[in-house]
Amino acid sequence: MSYPQTMSRKHFPLLTLSMLFLMSACAQPPDQPGAANQTITMKGSDTMVQLGQRWAEDYMKGHPGTTIQVTAGGSGTGIAALINGTTQICQASRPMKPEEKASLRQQRNADAAEIPVALDALAIYLNDRNPIEHLTIEQLGRIFRGEIANWKEAGGPDAPIVLYGRENSSGTYVYFKEHVLANADFAEKYQALPGTGAVINAVKKDAGGIGYGGIGYATAVKTLPVAKDASAPAVAPSMENVYNNTYPLSRNLFWYTAGAPTGAIEELVDWVLGPEGQKAVSEVGFYPLKAPKPSQ
Amino acid sequence: MNANIRWRRRLDTAAEKIIFGFAFVAIAIIFLIFVYVAREALPIATGSVEGITLVSPFTAPFSWQPVSGAPKYNVVPLIVGTLKITLIALLIATPLALAAALYTAEFAPGSSREWIKPAIEMLAGIPSVVMGFFVLIVLASWIQSTLGLDFRLNALTAGIGLALAVLPIIYTVSEDALTAVPPHYREASLALGASKSQTALRVVLPAAMPGVGAAIVLGFGRAIGETMIVLMVSGNAAILSLDPGLPARTLSATVAAELGEVVFGSGHYRVLFFIGTLLFIITSLLNWAGDRFKRSLRIRLFGSA
Amino acid sequence: MRKAFDRTFVALTLTATIVILAMLAVIVGNIVIHGKDRLSWEFVSASPVKGMTAGGIFPAILGTVLVVLLMSLAAVPFGVIVAIYFAEYARAESRLYKLTRIAVNNLAGVPSIVFGLFGLGFFIQTIGRGIDRGLYGGQLVYGQPSILWAAMTMAVLTLPVVIITVEETLRAVPREYREASLALGATRLQTIVRVILPQSWSGVMTGAILAISRGAGEVAPVLFTGAAYFLPRLPTHANDQFMQLGYHIYVLATQSPDVDATKPLLYSTVLVLLILTFLLNITAILIRNRMRQWATR
Repeated sequence: MSYPQTMSRKHFPLLTLSMLFLMSACAQPPDQPGAANQTITMKGSDTMVQLGQRWAEDYMKGHPGTTIQVTAGGSGTGIAALINGTTQICQASRPMKPEEKASLRQQRNADAAEIPVALDALAIYLNDRNPIEHLTIEQLGRIFRGEIANWKEAGGPDAPIVLYGRENSSGTYVYFKEHVLANADFAEKYQALPGTGAVINAVKKDAGGIGYGGIGYATAVKTLPVAKDASAPAVAPSMENVYNNTYPLSRNLFWYTAGAPTGAIEELVDWVLGPEGQKAVSEVGFYPLKAPKPSQ
Repeated sequence: MNANIRWRRRLDTAAEKIIFGFAFVAIAIIFLIFVYVAREALPIATGSVEGITLVSPFTAPFSWQPVSGAPKYNVVPLIVGTLKITLIALLIATPLALAAALYTAEFAPGSSREWIKPAIEMLAGIPSVVMGFFVLIVLASWIQSTLGLDFRLNALTAGIGLALAVLPIIYTVSEDALTAVPPHYREASLALGASKSQTALRVVLPAAMPGVGAAIVLGFGRAIGETMIVLMVSGNAAILSLDPGLPARTLSATVAAELGEVVFGSGHYRVLFFIGTLLFIITSLLNWAGDRFKRSLRIRLFGSA
Repeated sequence: MRKAFDRTFVALTLTATIVILAMLAVIVGNIVIHGKDRLSWEFVSASPVKGMTAGGIFPAILGTVLVVLLMSLAAVPFGVIVAIYFAEYARAESRLYKLTRIAVNNLAGVPSIVFGLFGLGFFIQTIGRGIDRGLYGGQLVYGQPSILWAAMTMAVLTLPVVIITVEETLRAVPREYREASLALGATRLQTIVRVILPQSWSGVMTGAILAISRGAGEVAPVLFTGAAYFLPRLPTHANDQFMQLGYHIYVLATQSPDVDATKPLLYSTVLVLLILTFLLNITAILIRNRMRQWATR
């Protein structure tokens, strides 16, 4: 048997370690008002996360002193974070519920400021090969509740309907459930995917697939015209139809802050509502607000 | 007495105390995990949140609709989904891994043995999110069109993805068990005129059987808790059905998908921690069983644990 | 007849081995082929731009590295000390030892998502909020998802890996070493620090690298404890959030509006993560093999 003869006297690089510890030990204190470097946190809707990221990217180019952090998780997550105080701006694809506003008042001692920042047509996605040309809200409800399971019952080919949509943490899920399913539960076979991108991708690859989500995600799938009821005409989710409010699933996308925005956040809000911010809205694929605020 | 020695003694005692202290903290945290996860689920046991009890998640209606006018927190479809995917994964992975372990331990020429094992173990080094990505982007459509399934994302596809993840565990543990069988078992069998395969099948494999048991049980434990693969490719529909062609929702994917949104302290939050507790208990039992198997293998082969 | 059976059986097991190796080759090959073209210095050193459809992944790489570094700062010393306690101090027949032994083994098999639950509930909600109440008058500093808590969660997850690997090597140090050292008048601590630990260096390294490679690829524990979708600034403080390679892959694969457009980017990101974890794993395997050779010599 032979053993290594020398005993290493080398110890852990203590200096490096302690330096790292020091770095890790100091927390960044909450932002002081008036500080030169501002950090703004933005959290919430998955539907709006692309949009938020684009806003952040563009805004920071012109405002090098400001940093904007964007996190997703769903509108519910964002609203909870606003209530808990873990985010300054909450992005939401659905309006806050009265009880959520109440708990915000209770926890933060401030009223929710609701700022519509963009318009969205909650689109119904179909595979390109699907010959269906339009559906009514009522038909959609029956499809997603599982009462219609084959496309031939909705005037299409004899093929099973495959349902895709968002997880229940999503504001879009809640909106769809309220406005299309009349608050009934989704079908058992409804597949909840972790993001709108996953829904699009699934519908694109599945001839019998149907899904829903923000208009900004609708690439390489068919967006279906929807009729309010059997007697109404089917309306495509176009910008025009959202503006004149004929598309039945038109909705606002919101920002919420605890109390009216001030300081750097107010500047950001103004920018987002102004021409540059609204131009980013169109570029991401959503619809800008009807009357953009003139730039200051 | 020399001051230096006294100082050293003191240092020694102090260091010993520090070691004990650290060890205690680490061990406390380990116990804390179970205590903490279970504690968050505890109000369910007392029935004090939204009428949820320890029994209600298991009784009809078998429906998982946590965001609803009347939320339904029934974990039975999730358990069925989890077991369905896990079983598919094990049915695919076990024969393959076991056969490969037999080949590596019994038949492979020495030179190839040295790289086969590390190569297969490389499979274990692929992060599960990468595996999920690969199955989602590459395999899912191919499996659907090859088998003519109605759903692109389904239990079978998730099971195949999961099989890739548990394969290396089953392989490594059973290969270790086979290699641990002392050479004289083989020598005796070969001397009696048995062929190499007969020796492998009738002597070595039976002797290593508890190790194979451990391998399967540990693979089972890993598969039950695996999150990212199933989250990405199982379709996440809580269906109470045994059909492998349908989408399925698992316990772990449910926690991953829903925890971000829940209000702290709500019924939904408690139920998700209850699922966490379930996962903890199930995997602990499997782990314990795996340990028993390993121990009985050592006793069988070497006479002591 | 017997020969035919023999040959078939060996062929079958060989086939199974080839199938597994082929699957590995297909996965790795597919990722390398689709991912290599975009891989460039710019890709690993730039930030993502244009809604993640262009640019690089530097923040995600840095976040991954930082989180595993912080993780090992906690997991390695703790793990080594617990392993020393197990191997050098604990009596094998004591109840406490048996119980903790079981607990450590058990922890190694607990699903990573359970650690995510624990991290959110314990580190963020309990410890973090507690610090905020005590030191910052309730202002939000530590009571939110951050790189610190993500790293701590990871540390708990990888602790058993370190403990088990290090304990194994400590036990492999021959008893004569301890006896000789003690007989020469060294104290127990001196024996551990000067004799046993230097002999077990490779085990500590293996444990650390295995923990890091596990930590680098895990996504489930950081889902709720600190990973962010997009951060323009790199994390500099313990309470910053961070981007992470694995989480980035998950996000790109499920959130990107145009999966086909981001596919090349996605593939390259996957390739980077794969290279990272493979390198770590190979290093660990090499060290372990050298260690085994040395142990059996």
